[in-house]
Amino acid sequence: MVYPVVTAMAYSLFRWDGIVRTGFAGLENFRRLVLQPPYAQRMVAAFSHNLETFALTMVVQNGLAMVFAALLAGGPWGASLYRAVFFMPVVLSLVVVGFLWELFLNPVWGAVNKLLALAGLGALARPWLGDPRTALLSLVLVNAWRWVGFPTLVFLAGIQGVPEEYLEAARIDGASAGVLFRRVVLPLIAPQVHIIVILTFIGAFNWFELPYVMQGVTGEPDHATDVLGLLFYRSAFGSVDTGNPDVGIGSAIAVVMFALILVTAGLGAVYLRRREVSL
Amino acid sequence: MRRQAIARVLSAALVQGVLAANALLVLLPLAYMVVSSLKTTREIFQRPFALPSAPRWQNYAEVWGTAHVGVYFQNSVVVTAASMAVILGAGTLAAFALGRYRFRGNELLFVFFLSGIMVPIRLAVIPLFVMMRDLGLLDTFWSLILVYSASGLPSAIFILAGFLHTVPQELDDAARIDGAGELGVLLRVVLPLLRPALAIVTVYNIIPIWNDFFFPLVFIHQDRLKTLPLGLTVFFGEFQTNWALVFAGLTVAAAPVLLLYVLMSRQFIRGLTAGALKG
Repeated sequence: MVYPVVTAMAYSLFRWDGIVRTGFAGLENFRRLVLQPPYAQRMVAAFSHNLETFALTMVVQNGLAMVFAALLAGGPWGASLYRAVFFMPVVLSLVVVGFLWELFLNPVWGAVNKLLALAGLGALARPWLGDPRTALLSLVLVNAWRWVGFPTLVFLAGIQGVPEEYLEAARIDGASAGVLFRRVVLPLIAPQVHIIVILTFIGAFNWFELPYVMQGVTGEPDHATDVLGLLFYRSAFGSVDTGNPDVGIGSAIAVVMFALILVTAGLGAVYLRRREVSL
Repeated sequence: MRRQAIARVLSAALVQGVLAANALLVLLPLAYMVVSSLKTTREIFQRPFALPSAPRWQNYAEVWGTAHVGVYFQNSVVVTAASMAVILGAGTLAAFALGRYRFRGNELLFVFFLSGIMVPIRLAVIPLFVMMRDLGLLDTFWSLILVYSASGLPSAIFILAGFLHTVPQELDDAARIDGAGELGVLLRVVLPLLRPALAIVTVYNIIPIWNDFFFPLVFIHQDRLKTLPLGLTVFFGEFQTNWALVFAGLTVAAAPVLLLYVLMSRQFIRGLTAGALKG
Protein backbone atom coordinates (compact mmCIF):
# COMPACT_ATOMS: atom_id res chain seq x y z
CA MET A 1 0.00 0.00 0.00
CA VAL A 2 2.68 2.48 0.99
CA TYR A 3 5.25 1.30 -1.51
CA PRO A 4 3.14 1.92 -4.64
CA VAL A 5 2.14 5.41 -3.48
CA VAL A 6 5.72 6.47 -2.85
CA THR A 7 6.78 4.89 -6.13
CA ALA A 8 4.04 6.79 -7.95
CA MET A 9 5.57 10.02 -6.73
CA ALA A 10 9.05 8.93 -7.72
CA TYR A 11 7.84 7.94 -11.20
CA SER A 12 6.71 11.48 -11.86
CA LEU A 13 10.34 12.64 -11.66
CA PHE A 14 11.59 10.43 -14.49
CA ARG A 15 11.54 10.51 -18.24
CA TRP A 16 9.62 7.64 -19.85
CA ASP A 17 9.44 6.13 -23.28
CA GLY A 18 6.15 4.27 -23.23
CA ILE A 19 6.40 2.22 -20.07
CA VAL A 20 10.21 2.04 -19.98
CA ARG A 21 12.10 4.45 -17.76
CA THR A 22 14.84 6.29 -19.68
CA GLY A 23 16.27 8.85 -17.29
CA PHE A 24 15.88 11.31 -14.48
CA ALA A 25 13.80 14.33 -15.43
CA GLY A 26 13.43 16.37 -12.27
CA LEU A 27 10.34 18.49 -12.46
CA GLU A 28 10.22 18.31 -16.25
CA ASN A 29 6.96 16.33 -16.28
CA PHE A 30 5.24 18.91 -14.09
CA ARG A 31 6.52 21.72 -16.28
CA ARG A 32 5.09 19.99 -19.36
CA LEU A 33 1.84 19.37 -17.59
CA VAL A 34 1.39 23.05 -16.80
CA LEU A 35 2.88 24.66 -19.91
CA GLN A 36 2.98 22.33 -22.90
CA PRO A 37 0.01 21.80 -25.20
CA PRO A 38 -2.11 19.74 -25.31
CA TYR A 39 -1.54 18.76 -21.65
CA ALA A 40 -1.96 22.25 -20.26
CA GLN A 41 -5.33 22.88 -21.91
CA ARG A 42 -6.60 19.37 -21.12
CA MET A 43 -5.49 19.73 -17.53
CA VAL A 44 -7.28 23.04 -17.06
CA ALA A 45 -10.44 21.80 -18.77
CA ALA A 46 -10.49 18.55 -16.80
CA PHE A 47 -9.83 20.33 -13.53
CA SER A 48 -12.66 22.78 -14.11
CA HIS A 49 -15.00 19.89 -14.96
CA ASN A 50 -14.10 18.20 -11.67
CA LEU A 51 -14.75 21.44 -9.85
CA GLU A 52 -18.05 21.91 -11.66
CA THR A 53 -19.02 18.35 -10.79
CA PHE A 54 -18.25 19.01 -7.14
CA ALA A 55 -20.30 22.24 -7.08
CA LEU A 56 -23.30 20.78 -8.94
CA THR A 57 -23.27 17.62 -6.81
CA MET A 58 -23.15 19.69 -3.64
CA VAL A 59 -26.17 21.73 -4.71
CA VAL A 60 -28.32 19.09 -6.41
CA GLN A 61 -27.47 15.79 -4.73
CA ASN A 62 -26.61 16.95 -1.24
CA GLY A 63 -29.29 19.66 -1.25
CA LEU A 64 -31.94 17.09 -2.12
CA ALA A 65 -30.46 14.69 0.42
CA MET A 66 -30.86 17.32 3.14
CA VAL A 67 -34.51 17.85 2.14
CA PHE A 68 -35.19 14.09 2.14
CA ALA A 69 -33.43 13.66 5.49
CA ALA A 70 -35.42 16.49 7.08
CA LEU A 71 -38.67 15.01 5.79
CA LEU A 72 -37.78 11.46 6.88
CA ALA A 73 -36.74 12.67 10.34
CA GLY A 74 -40.31 13.83 10.92
CA GLY A 75 -41.29 10.15 10.97
CA PRO A 76 -43.76 10.17 8.06
CA TRP A 77 -45.75 7.09 7.09
CA GLY A 78 -43.47 4.49 5.43
CA ALA A 79 -40.22 6.17 6.54
CA SER A 80 -38.21 2.95 6.81
CA LEU A 81 -39.41 1.78 3.40
CA TYR A 82 -38.42 5.11 1.84
CA ARG A 83 -35.01 4.86 3.49
CA ALA A 84 -34.42 1.43 2.00
CA VAL A 85 -35.60 2.48 -1.47
CA PHE A 86 -33.57 5.71 -1.58
CA PHE A 87 -30.40 3.84 -0.67
CA MET A 88 -30.95 1.03 -3.17
CA PRO A 89 -29.00 2.41 -6.18
CA VAL A 90 -25.92 2.90 -3.97
CA VAL A 91 -25.26 -0.85 -4.14
CA LEU A 92 -25.46 -0.93 -7.95
CA SER A 93 -22.35 -1.00 -10.12
CA LEU A 94 -21.63 2.35 -11.77
CA VAL A 95 -21.15 0.44 -15.01
CA VAL A 96 -24.72 -0.84 -14.82
CA VAL A 97 -26.02 2.60 -13.84
CA GLY A 98 -24.04 4.27 -16.63
CA PHE A 99 -25.23 1.96 -19.40
CA LEU A 100 -28.81 2.01 -18.13
CA TRP A 101 -28.97 5.79 -18.29
CA GLU A 102 -27.09 5.88 -21.58
CA LEU A 103 -30.02 3.92 -23.02
CA PHE A 104 -32.59 6.13 -21.27
CA LEU A 105 -30.88 9.28 -22.57
CA ASN A 106 -30.54 8.01 -26.15
CA PRO A 107 -31.74 10.89 -28.35
CA VAL A 108 -33.97 8.79 -30.62
CA TRP A 109 -35.14 5.73 -28.69
CA GLY A 110 -34.44 6.72 -25.09
CA ALA A 111 -37.20 6.74 -22.48
CA VAL A 112 -36.39 10.28 -21.30
CA ASN A 113 -37.07 12.02 -24.61
CA LYS A 114 -40.08 9.77 -25.26
CA LEU A 115 -41.55 10.70 -21.88
CA LEU A 116 -40.98 14.38 -22.61
CA ALA A 117 -42.82 13.96 -25.91
CA LEU A 118 -45.69 12.15 -24.15
CA ALA A 119 -45.94 14.99 -21.63
CA GLY A 120 -46.18 17.53 -24.46
CA LEU A 121 -42.68 18.81 -23.70
CA GLY A 122 -41.14 17.46 -26.90
CA ALA A 123 -39.42 20.82 -27.40
CA LEU A 124 -37.20 20.04 -24.41
CA ALA A 125 -35.99 16.76 -25.90
CA ARG A 126 -32.35 16.85 -26.89
CA PRO A 127 -29.31 14.62 -27.27
CA TRP A 128 -28.48 14.96 -23.58
CA LEU A 129 -25.14 13.21 -23.74
CA GLY A 130 -24.17 14.42 -27.20
CA ASP A 131 -24.65 18.13 -26.59
CA PRO A 132 -21.60 19.71 -24.90
CA ARG A 133 -23.91 22.06 -22.97
CA THR A 134 -25.88 19.29 -21.26
CA ALA A 135 -23.40 16.38 -21.24
CA LEU A 136 -21.65 17.10 -17.94
CA LEU A 137 -24.89 18.08 -16.21
CA SER A 138 -26.49 14.82 -17.38
CA LEU A 139 -23.59 12.83 -15.94
CA VAL A 140 -23.82 14.68 -12.63
CA LEU A 141 -27.56 13.96 -12.46
CA VAL A 142 -27.06 10.26 -13.21
CA ASN A 143 -24.36 10.19 -10.55
CA ALA A 144 -26.73 11.89 -8.10
CA TRP A 145 -29.42 9.32 -8.94
CA ARG A 146 -27.05 6.60 -7.85
CA TRP A 147 -25.65 8.33 -4.75
CA VAL A 148 -28.36 10.52 -3.21
CA GLY A 149 -29.41 7.85 -0.70
CA PHE A 150 -25.97 7.93 0.91
CA PRO A 151 -25.91 11.58 2.10
CA THR A 152 -29.62 11.28 2.89
CA LEU A 153 -29.02 8.53 5.43
CA VAL A 154 -25.90 10.17 6.88
CA PHE A 155 -27.80 13.44 7.41
CA LEU A 156 -30.77 11.51 8.77
CA ALA A 157 -28.57 9.76 11.34
CA GLY A 158 -27.27 13.18 12.37
CA ILE A 159 -30.71 14.72 12.74
CA GLN A 160 -31.95 11.76 14.74
CA GLY A 161 -29.00 12.21 17.08
CA VAL A 162 -30.13 15.73 18.04
CA PRO A 163 -31.40 15.56 21.64
CA GLU A 164 -35.15 16.01 21.84
CA GLU A 165 -34.82 18.53 24.71
CA TYR A 166 -33.04 21.03 22.42
CA LEU A 167 -35.90 20.92 19.93
CA GLU A 168 -38.46 21.16 22.71
CA ALA A 169 -36.74 24.19 24.23
CA ALA A 170 -36.61 25.97 20.88
CA ARG A 171 -40.28 25.21 20.22
CA ILE A 172 -41.27 26.62 23.59
CA ASP A 173 -39.34 29.77 22.66
CA GLY A 174 -41.63 30.00 19.66
CA ALA A 175 -39.21 28.97 16.90
CA SER A 176 -40.89 28.07 13.58
CA ALA A 177 -39.97 24.84 11.80
CA GLY A 178 -37.66 26.75 9.43
CA VAL A 179 -35.82 28.57 12.21
CA LEU A 180 -35.63 25.35 14.23
CA PHE A 181 -33.92 23.60 11.33
CA ARG A 182 -31.50 26.40 10.47
CA ARG A 183 -30.60 27.50 13.97
CA VAL A 184 -30.73 24.30 15.98
CA VAL A 185 -30.55 21.20 13.77
CA LEU A 186 -28.07 22.37 11.14
CA PRO A 187 -25.32 23.49 13.57
CA LEU A 188 -25.70 20.26 15.50
CA ILE A 189 -25.26 18.05 12.43
CA ALA A 190 -22.19 20.00 11.24
CA PRO A 191 -19.96 16.90 11.60
CA GLN A 192 -22.16 14.87 9.22
CA VAL A 193 -22.32 17.77 6.76
CA HIS A 194 -18.55 18.12 6.76
CA ILE A 195 -18.00 14.43 6.21
CA ILE A 196 -20.33 14.53 3.21
CA VAL A 197 -18.59 17.63 1.84
CA ILE A 198 -15.21 15.90 2.09
CA LEU A 199 -16.48 12.63 0.59
CA THR A 200 -18.19 14.56 -2.22
CA PHE A 201 -14.95 16.39 -2.93
CA ILE A 202 -12.92 13.17 -3.01
CA GLY A 203 -15.58 11.52 -5.17
CA ALA A 204 -15.72 14.44 -7.61
CA PHE A 205 -11.95 14.54 -8.02
CA ASN A 206 -11.61 10.76 -8.30
CA TRP A 207 -14.44 10.64 -10.82
CA PHE A 208 -13.74 8.03 -13.51
CA GLU A 209 -16.22 5.19 -14.03
CA LEU A 210 -19.31 7.10 -15.07
CA PRO A 211 -17.61 9.44 -17.57
CA TYR A 212 -15.60 6.50 -18.95
CA VAL A 213 -18.62 4.23 -19.36
CA MET A 214 -21.00 6.85 -20.74
CA GLN A 215 -18.72 9.20 -22.68
CA GLY A 216 -15.64 7.16 -23.50
CA VAL A 217 -12.02 7.61 -22.59
CA THR A 218 -11.78 11.11 -24.11
CA GLY A 219 -14.83 12.49 -22.34
CA GLU A 220 -17.03 13.10 -25.35
CA PRO A 221 -18.46 15.21 -26.84
CA ASP A 222 -15.22 17.01 -27.69
CA HIS A 223 -13.76 16.70 -24.15
CA ALA A 224 -16.88 18.30 -22.63
CA THR A 225 -16.90 15.62 -19.91
CA ASP A 226 -13.15 15.11 -19.65
CA VAL A 227 -12.05 14.87 -16.02
CA LEU A 228 -8.71 14.36 -14.26
CA GLY A 229 -9.38 10.64 -13.81
CA LEU A 230 -9.83 10.13 -17.56
CA LEU A 231 -6.81 12.29 -18.36
CA PHE A 232 -4.74 10.27 -15.91
CA TYR A 233 -5.89 6.96 -17.39
CA ARG A 234 -5.31 8.15 -20.95
CA SER A 235 -1.82 9.40 -20.33
CA ALA A 236 -0.79 6.34 -18.33
CA PHE A 237 -2.37 3.57 -20.41
CA GLY A 238 -3.59 5.09 -23.65
CA SER A 239 -2.72 8.44 -25.11
CA VAL A 240 -3.69 12.02 -24.43
CA ASP A 241 -4.60 12.77 -28.00
CA THR A 242 -2.57 10.57 -30.26
CA GLY A 243 0.67 8.79 -29.60
CA ASN A 244 2.03 6.58 -26.87
CA PRO A 245 1.29 6.31 -23.20
CA ASP A 246 3.36 8.74 -21.19
CA VAL A 247 3.96 7.37 -17.72
CA GLY A 248 5.82 10.49 -16.58
CA ILE A 249 2.88 12.76 -17.34
CA GLY A 250 0.46 10.21 -15.92
CA SER A 251 2.37 10.01 -12.66
CA ALA A 252 2.58 13.80 -12.50
CA ILE A 253 -1.23 14.00 -12.85
CA ALA A 254 -1.59 11.36 -10.13
CA VAL A 255 0.65 13.37 -7.81
CA VAL A 256 -1.37 16.54 -8.44
CA MET A 257 -4.67 14.70 -7.79
CA PHE A 258 -3.22 13.03 -4.73
CA ALA A 259 -2.01 16.34 -3.28
CA LEU A 260 -5.33 18.01 -4.00
CA ILE A 261 -7.32 15.29 -2.29
CA LEU A 262 -4.95 14.89 0.63
CA VAL A 263 -4.69 18.62 1.36
CA THR A 264 -8.43 19.21 1.08
CA ALA A 265 -9.40 16.12 3.04
CA GLY A 266 -6.72 16.89 5.65
CA LEU A 267 -7.77 20.52 6.08
CA GLY A 268 -11.38 19.39 6.16
CA ALA A 269 -10.65 16.83 8.85
CA VAL A 270 -8.80 19.37 11.01
CA TYR A 271 -11.62 21.89 10.63
CA LEU A 272 -14.11 19.16 11.48
CA ARG A 273 -12.23 18.20 14.63
CA ARG A 274 -12.20 21.81 15.79
CA ARG A 275 -15.93 22.21 15.20
CA GLU A 276 -16.66 19.05 17.13
CA VAL A 277 -14.77 20.31 20.17
CA SER A 278 -16.62 23.62 20.14
CA LEU A 279 -20.00 21.88 20.11
CA MET B 1 -58.69 24.67 14.88
CA ARG B 2 -60.26 23.27 11.71
CA ARG B 3 -57.81 25.26 9.65
CA GLN B 4 -54.87 23.86 11.61
CA ALA B 5 -56.04 20.31 11.03
CA ILE B 6 -56.34 20.97 7.31
CA ALA B 7 -52.85 22.49 7.26
CA ARG B 8 -51.48 19.41 8.99
CA VAL B 9 -53.08 17.04 6.48
CA LEU B 10 -51.86 19.16 3.59
CA SER B 11 -48.28 19.24 4.84
CA ALA B 12 -48.32 15.48 5.45
CA ALA B 13 -49.60 15.01 1.89
CA LEU B 14 -46.83 17.26 0.56
CA VAL B 15 -44.19 15.27 2.46
CA GLN B 16 -45.59 12.00 1.10
CA GLY B 17 -45.68 13.51 -2.39
CA VAL B 18 -41.99 14.45 -2.33
CA LEU B 19 -40.86 11.14 -0.82
CA ALA B 20 -43.03 9.02 -3.12
CA ALA B 21 -41.83 10.97 -6.17
CA ASN B 22 -38.22 10.16 -5.36
CA ALA B 23 -39.05 6.53 -4.57
CA LEU B 24 -40.62 6.26 -8.03
CA LEU B 25 -37.61 7.97 -9.59
CA VAL B 26 -35.46 5.19 -8.10
CA LEU B 27 -37.75 2.24 -8.77
CA LEU B 28 -39.20 2.99 -12.21
CA PRO B 29 -35.88 2.95 -14.11
CA LEU B 30 -35.06 -0.41 -12.52
CA ALA B 31 -38.53 -1.77 -13.27
CA TYR B 32 -38.22 -0.46 -16.83
CA MET B 33 -34.91 -2.31 -17.16
CA VAL B 34 -36.40 -5.62 -16.01
CA VAL B 35 -39.56 -5.30 -18.13
CA SER B 36 -37.58 -4.33 -21.24
CA SER B 37 -35.26 -7.30 -20.76
CA LEU B 38 -38.24 -9.55 -21.56
CA LYS B 39 -39.23 -7.78 -24.77
CA THR B 40 -37.86 -7.82 -28.29
CA THR B 41 -35.80 -4.82 -29.36
CA ARG B 42 -38.51 -3.95 -31.87
CA GLU B 43 -41.08 -3.87 -29.07
CA ILE B 44 -38.86 -1.62 -26.93
CA PHE B 45 -38.54 0.85 -29.78
CA GLN B 46 -42.16 0.82 -30.89
CA ARG B 47 -44.00 0.54 -27.57
CA PRO B 48 -41.45 1.67 -24.99
CA PHE B 49 -43.84 1.85 -22.04
CA ALA B 50 -45.92 -1.28 -22.72
CA LEU B 51 -45.53 -4.69 -21.11
CA PRO B 52 -44.00 -7.40 -23.30
CA SER B 53 -46.57 -9.19 -25.49
CA ALA B 54 -44.97 -12.49 -24.45
CA PRO B 55 -41.99 -12.62 -22.05
CA ARG B 56 -38.85 -13.59 -23.96
CA TRP B 57 -36.85 -15.61 -21.44
CA GLN B 58 -34.50 -16.65 -24.21
CA ASN B 59 -32.92 -13.16 -23.96
CA TYR B 60 -31.37 -14.34 -20.73
CA ALA B 61 -30.13 -17.62 -22.18
CA GLU B 62 -28.51 -15.71 -25.00
CA VAL B 63 -26.88 -13.17 -22.68
CA TRP B 64 -25.57 -15.85 -20.33
CA GLY B 65 -24.15 -18.12 -23.04
CA THR B 66 -23.46 -16.44 -26.38
CA ALA B 67 -22.58 -13.07 -24.89
CA HIS B 68 -20.29 -14.60 -22.22
CA VAL B 69 -22.02 -12.81 -19.35
CA GLY B 70 -22.09 -16.16 -17.55
CA VAL B 71 -18.27 -16.36 -17.72
CA TYR B 72 -17.85 -12.77 -16.47
CA PHE B 73 -20.29 -13.50 -13.67
CA GLN B 74 -18.36 -16.57 -12.52
CA ASN B 75 -15.07 -14.64 -12.66
CA SER B 76 -16.56 -11.96 -10.43
CA VAL B 77 -17.74 -14.59 -7.95
CA VAL B 78 -14.27 -16.18 -7.75
CA VAL B 79 -12.40 -12.87 -7.36
CA THR B 80 -14.85 -11.46 -4.82
CA ALA B 81 -14.98 -14.65 -2.74
CA ALA B 82 -11.20 -15.04 -2.64
CA SER B 83 -10.63 -11.39 -1.71
CA MET B 84 -13.22 -11.53 1.04
CA ALA B 85 -11.67 -14.72 2.43
CA VAL B 86 -8.30 -12.97 2.71
CA ILE B 87 -9.76 -9.77 4.16
CA LEU B 88 -11.85 -11.54 6.78
CA GLY B 89 -9.21 -14.16 7.64
CA ALA B 90 -6.12 -11.97 7.78
CA GLY B 91 -8.15 -9.06 9.15
CA THR B 92 -9.35 -11.10 12.13
CA LEU B 93 -5.86 -12.44 12.86
CA ALA B 94 -4.28 -8.97 12.65
CA ALA B 95 -6.99 -7.31 14.72
CA PHE B 96 -6.66 -10.05 17.35
CA ALA B 97 -2.90 -9.61 17.49
CA LEU B 98 -3.01 -5.83 17.56
CA GLY B 99 -5.98 -5.58 19.89
CA ARG B 100 -4.98 -8.23 22.42
CA TYR B 101 -1.22 -8.36 22.66
CA ARG B 102 1.14 -5.63 23.78
CA PHE B 103 4.39 -5.65 21.87
CA ARG B 104 6.96 -3.22 20.60
CA GLY B 105 5.73 -1.39 17.51
CA ASN B 106 2.10 -2.30 18.14
CA GLU B 107 0.87 1.29 17.88
CA LEU B 108 3.10 2.02 14.92
CA LEU B 109 1.83 -1.02 13.05
CA PHE B 110 -1.77 0.02 13.72
CA VAL B 111 -1.10 3.52 12.36
CA PHE B 112 0.65 1.97 9.37
CA PHE B 113 -2.43 -0.12 8.60
CA LEU B 114 -4.63 2.91 9.19
CA SER B 115 -2.78 5.11 6.74
CA GLY B 116 -3.95 2.62 4.14
CA ILE B 117 -7.52 3.82 4.64
CA MET B 118 -6.74 7.41 3.72
CA VAL B 119 -4.80 6.69 0.54
CA PRO B 120 -6.80 6.68 -2.71
CA ILE B 121 -5.13 3.54 -4.01
CA ARG B 122 -6.16 4.09 -7.62
CA LEU B 123 -3.67 6.89 -7.99
CA ALA B 124 -0.97 4.31 -7.38
CA VAL B 125 -2.15 2.19 -10.29
CA ILE B 126 0.92 2.79 -12.47
CA PRO B 127 3.40 1.34 -9.95
CA LEU B 128 0.91 -1.43 -9.20
CA PHE B 129 0.74 -2.19 -12.91
CA VAL B 130 4.55 -2.33 -13.15
CA MET B 131 4.70 -4.48 -10.01
CA MET B 132 2.11 -6.93 -11.36
CA ARG B 133 3.90 -7.06 -14.69
CA ASP B 134 7.23 -7.83 -13.01
CA LEU B 135 5.59 -10.51 -10.87
CA GLY B 136 3.99 -11.97 -13.98
CA LEU B 137 0.53 -11.51 -12.48
CA LEU B 138 -1.06 -9.38 -15.21
CA ASP B 139 -4.04 -11.15 -16.73
CA THR B 140 -4.54 -13.31 -13.66
CA PHE B 141 -7.12 -13.16 -10.88
CA TRP B 142 -4.22 -12.84 -8.40
CA SER B 143 -3.55 -9.25 -9.46
CA LEU B 144 -7.11 -8.30 -8.51
CA ILE B 145 -7.26 -10.39 -5.34
CA LEU B 146 -3.99 -8.89 -4.06
CA VAL B 147 -5.08 -5.31 -4.69
CA TYR B 148 -8.55 -5.80 -3.20
CA SER B 149 -7.16 -7.55 -0.14
CA ALA B 150 -4.55 -4.87 0.40
CA SER B 151 -7.07 -2.07 0.07
CA GLY B 152 -9.73 -3.84 2.16
CA LEU B 153 -7.53 -4.93 5.08
CA PRO B 154 -6.88 -1.52 6.71
CA SER B 155 -10.54 -0.69 7.22
CA ALA B 156 -11.25 -4.30 8.24
CA ILE B 157 -8.56 -4.18 10.93
CA PHE B 158 -9.77 -0.78 12.06
CA ILE B 159 -13.37 -1.91 12.45
CA LEU B 160 -12.50 -5.28 14.01
CA ALA B 161 -9.92 -3.90 16.43
CA GLY B 162 -12.35 -1.18 17.49
CA PHE B 163 -15.01 -3.78 18.13
CA LEU B 164 -12.54 -6.06 19.94
CA HIS B 165 -11.98 -3.39 22.57
CA THR B 166 -15.63 -3.81 23.61
CA VAL B 167 -15.14 -7.56 24.17
CA PRO B 168 -13.95 -8.05 27.78
CA GLN B 169 -10.41 -9.44 28.01
CA GLU B 170 -11.55 -11.55 31.01
CA LEU B 171 -13.39 -13.87 28.60
CA ASP B 172 -10.07 -14.73 26.90
CA ASP B 173 -8.39 -15.31 30.23
CA ALA B 174 -11.22 -17.52 31.45
CA ALA B 175 -10.82 -19.68 28.33
CA ARG B 176 -7.04 -19.82 28.84
CA ILE B 177 -7.51 -21.01 32.42
CA ASP B 178 -9.80 -23.69 31.07
CA GLY B 179 -6.88 -24.81 28.93
CA ALA B 180 -7.61 -23.26 25.55
CA GLY B 181 -4.65 -22.41 23.29
CA GLU B 182 -4.32 -19.01 21.65
CA LEU B 183 -5.98 -20.24 18.47
CA GLY B 184 -8.74 -21.81 20.56
CA VAL B 185 -9.35 -18.47 22.28
CA LEU B 186 -9.62 -16.76 18.92
CA LEU B 187 -11.84 -19.36 17.25
CA ARG B 188 -14.09 -20.39 20.14
CA VAL B 189 -14.39 -17.22 22.20
CA VAL B 190 -13.55 -14.10 20.21
CA LEU B 191 -14.78 -15.04 16.75
CA PRO B 192 -18.42 -15.73 17.71
CA LEU B 193 -18.53 -12.38 19.53
CA LEU B 194 -17.04 -10.58 16.52
CA ARG B 195 -19.86 -11.65 14.21
CA PRO B 196 -21.64 -8.25 14.00
CA ALA B 197 -18.36 -6.50 13.18
CA LEU B 198 -17.51 -9.17 10.59
CA ALA B 199 -20.88 -8.50 8.94
CA ILE B 200 -20.06 -4.80 8.68
CA VAL B 201 -16.61 -5.54 7.25
CA THR B 202 -18.17 -7.90 4.71
CA VAL B 203 -20.74 -5.42 3.42
CA TYR B 204 -18.27 -2.54 3.49
CA ASN B 205 -15.90 -4.45 1.19
CA ILE B 206 -17.97 -6.85 -0.86
CA ILE B 207 -20.00 -4.22 -2.74
CA PRO B 208 -17.03 -2.10 -3.90
CA ILE B 209 -15.10 -5.26 -4.86
CA TRP B 210 -18.00 -6.81 -6.76
CA ASN B 211 -18.61 -3.50 -8.55
CA ASP B 212 -14.99 -2.53 -9.19
CA PHE B 213 -14.25 -1.59 -12.76
CA PHE B 214 -10.96 0.26 -12.59
CA PHE B 215 -8.46 -2.44 -11.67
CA PRO B 216 -9.81 -5.10 -14.05
CA LEU B 217 -9.68 -2.45 -16.78
CA VAL B 218 -5.96 -1.99 -16.15
CA PHE B 219 -4.91 -5.54 -15.21
CA ILE B 220 -7.10 -7.87 -17.26
CA HIS B 221 -7.01 -8.06 -21.03
CA GLN B 222 -8.10 -11.59 -21.89
CA ASP B 223 -11.83 -11.72 -22.46
CA ARG B 224 -12.30 -15.02 -20.62
CA LEU B 225 -10.80 -13.55 -17.41
CA LYS B 226 -12.84 -10.35 -17.31
CA THR B 227 -15.04 -9.64 -14.31
CA LEU B 228 -18.66 -8.60 -14.68
CA PRO B 229 -18.32 -4.77 -14.76
CA LEU B 230 -15.49 -4.92 -17.30
CA GLY B 231 -17.19 -7.69 -19.26
CA LEU B 232 -20.32 -5.55 -19.51
CA THR B 233 -18.41 -2.90 -21.45
CA VAL B 234 -17.36 -5.55 -23.98
CA PHE B 235 -20.90 -6.86 -24.10
CA PHE B 236 -22.39 -3.37 -24.45
CA GLY B 237 -20.01 -2.56 -27.29
CA GLU B 238 -20.94 -5.74 -29.16
CA PHE B 239 -24.71 -5.64 -28.69
CA GLN B 240 -25.24 -1.89 -28.55
CA THR B 241 -28.14 -1.93 -31.01
CA ASN B 242 -29.80 -4.99 -29.50
CA TRP B 243 -31.47 -3.24 -26.61
CA ALA B 244 -33.44 -6.23 -25.37
CA LEU B 245 -30.19 -8.15 -24.82
CA VAL B 246 -28.48 -5.16 -23.25
CA PHE B 247 -31.32 -4.71 -20.76
CA ALA B 248 -31.18 -8.45 -19.98
CA GLY B 249 -27.41 -8.22 -19.42
CA LEU B 250 -27.78 -5.23 -17.12
CA THR B 251 -30.50 -7.06 -15.19
CA VAL B 252 -28.25 -10.09 -14.72
CA ALA B 253 -25.49 -7.83 -13.42
CA ALA B 254 -27.78 -5.89 -11.08
CA ALA B 255 -29.88 -8.80 -9.81
CA PRO B 256 -27.55 -10.42 -7.22
CA VAL B 257 -26.75 -7.21 -5.35
CA LEU B 258 -30.34 -6.00 -5.54
CA LEU B 259 -31.69 -9.31 -4.22
CA LEU B 260 -29.20 -9.33 -1.36
CA TYR B 261 -30.07 -5.73 -0.66
CA VAL B 262 -33.79 -6.42 -0.49
CA LEU B 263 -33.15 -9.30 1.92
CA MET B 264 -30.86 -7.37 4.26
CA SER B 265 -31.11 -3.66 3.51
CA ARG B 266 -30.57 -2.76 7.15
CA GLN B 267 -27.14 -4.43 7.29
CA PHE B 268 -26.18 -2.93 3.93
CA ILE B 269 -27.06 0.61 4.99
CA ARG B 270 -25.20 0.17 8.26
CA GLY B 271 -22.17 -1.38 6.60
CA LEU B 272 -21.84 1.06 3.73
CA THR B 273 -22.31 4.19 5.82
CA ALA B 274 -19.94 2.84 8.47
CA GLY B 275 -17.05 4.92 7.14
CA ALA B 276 -19.02 8.16 7.35
CA LEU B 277 -20.66 7.44 10.69
CA LYS B 278 -17.71 6.08 12.68
CA GLY B 279 -18.78 2.45 12.84
